[in-house]
Amino acid sequence: MSFEYPEDLKYLDSHEYVRLDGDIATIGISAFAVDQLGDIVFIEVPQTGEAVTQGEVFGTIESVKAVEDLYSPVTGTVVNSNQAMMDAPEQLAEDPYGEGWLLKIRLDDPSELDGALSASQYRSQVEGD
Amino acid sequence: MTNAIAPLKHTPLFDLHQQAQARLAGFGGWKMPIQYSGITAEHQAVRQQAGMFDISHMGKFALKGQNLAAQLQSLVPSDLSRLSAGAAKYTLFLNQQAGILDDLIFYCQGQDQGILIVNAATTDKDRDWLLKHLDPSQLELTDISQAQTLIALQGLKAAEILQPLVEDDLTSLRPYHHAPVTLLGQTAWIARTGYTGEDGFEIMSNPALGLELWQTLQDRGVMPCGLGARDTLRLEAAMGLYGQDIDETTTPLEAGLGWVLTAKTDFVGAAALVQQKQQGIKRKLVGLEMQGRHIARHDYPILDGGHPIGIVTSGTLSPTLGKAIALGYVPPHLAEIGQELAITIRGQAYPAKVVQRPFYHRPKSS
Repeated sequence: MSFEYPEDLKYLDSHEYVRLDGDIATIGISAFAVDQLGDIVFIEVPQTGEAVTQGEVFGTIESVKAVEDLYSPVTGTVVNSNQAMMDAPEQLAEDPYGEGWLLKIRLDDPSELDGALSASQYRSQVEGD
Repeated sequence: MTNAIAPLKHTPLFDLHQQAQARLAGFGGWKMPIQYSGITAEHQAVRQQAGMFDISHMGKFALKGQNLAAQLQSLVPSDLSRLSAGAAKYTLFLNQQAGILDDLIFYCQGQDQGILIVNAATTDKDRDWLLKHLDPSQLELTDISQAQTLIALQGLKAAEILQPLVEDDLTSLRPYHHAPVTLLGQTAWIARTGYTGEDGFEIMSNPALGLELWQTLQDRGVMPCGLGARDTLRLEAAMGLYGQDIDETTTPLEAGLGWVLTAKTDFVGAAALVQQKQQGIKRKLVGLEMQGRHIARHDYPILDGGHPIGIVTSGTLSPTLGKAIALGYVPPHLAEIGQELAITIRGQAYPAKVVQRPFYHRPKSS
């Protein structure tokens, strides 16, 4: 099976991705993670105005069988969360890198993403060589 | 006991599951398919059409001995005396404290012969229990767990799909009955039982015929289903899962299995049950429905007035109802239908309500 790993994104080994646009980071989960989870039935992320911290749990995603924590790749303040995905979590699988985004965060320090994985690094990590 | 480092066993259909790229995981000592196309799609297939499950991991004992039902009677709390050949009975093994050692089905094949189908993880424990309590000179027990395949074909259209493959008339095979049949020209055994809340069959045969049946059903468009969908289906039907909703620390009275207790003579655990009936139970298994989108899961605490009063044993989002449902134990005075409770999910309390079981009733057939 082959998955999409958009080149313009940064990834965490816990399967979250970040799209950086100025000081706004859009966060979601990778297509690989979506496939691993199976049918997604519940998503919970913080509301606008709440703070998130790099490396800490910011939310939850559940499939029929599993409950998984979501880890924040960045530190900052939530400027938008994707209510449509929380209302219809099963739709995330259709477009994880587009309509299926979860949070938009205003970064405290854009340089903190320097340690995140590139698309090819993440791909080789999850798929092996 | 299952050896923790023992390699996982494979059913005779294992290669087919791998070829189909099913997601595999350990269950009860076996490496089993958890899902093929997706748990929700598989679940819906069974509710709307039909699905097939490899349940060859289940423990299967062929029993022979004079007055077999009478011999088994001392170990089960259900009356076996009126079973005739072709009838089946859901029942339990209990320990002296009336804790549930296993739940199982006894298939009566006449005075001197029958089949027991038990849970995979408890197969060895059950065999030891039977051999310890029954007279080996009177009873011949053959463990056919690995020698035979067991395929469950479940769903609204199960009978319609299976009928062309068997020479026998399936309409005369009533629920909770079983019969030897001619399947694809060979001898097999079919029971009209299941674990999904739908009509369906469990088909036992030699592995070669099992493989042929699986492939024939697949060619006819039956969706292969894994243990994930089996779990959501049985939970909607509010059937307990051994090791999760019921175990050696729970009694049939606590687990809502009082209807199983029909034995008229003494059995292991009877005295403890009489005592528990007199003293009253301290907890009771109930159906719960979350009032919001949050999903209760195994081991989450149940609260009343902010205080922990019980525990969730199984929980999921019901694919059929679109609501989060759960089974859990609560004190009897909080077990009434409509009782408002709460469940702690990741440190926060969310409202839940005690509801009627089962959560799902299959539509009455005409």
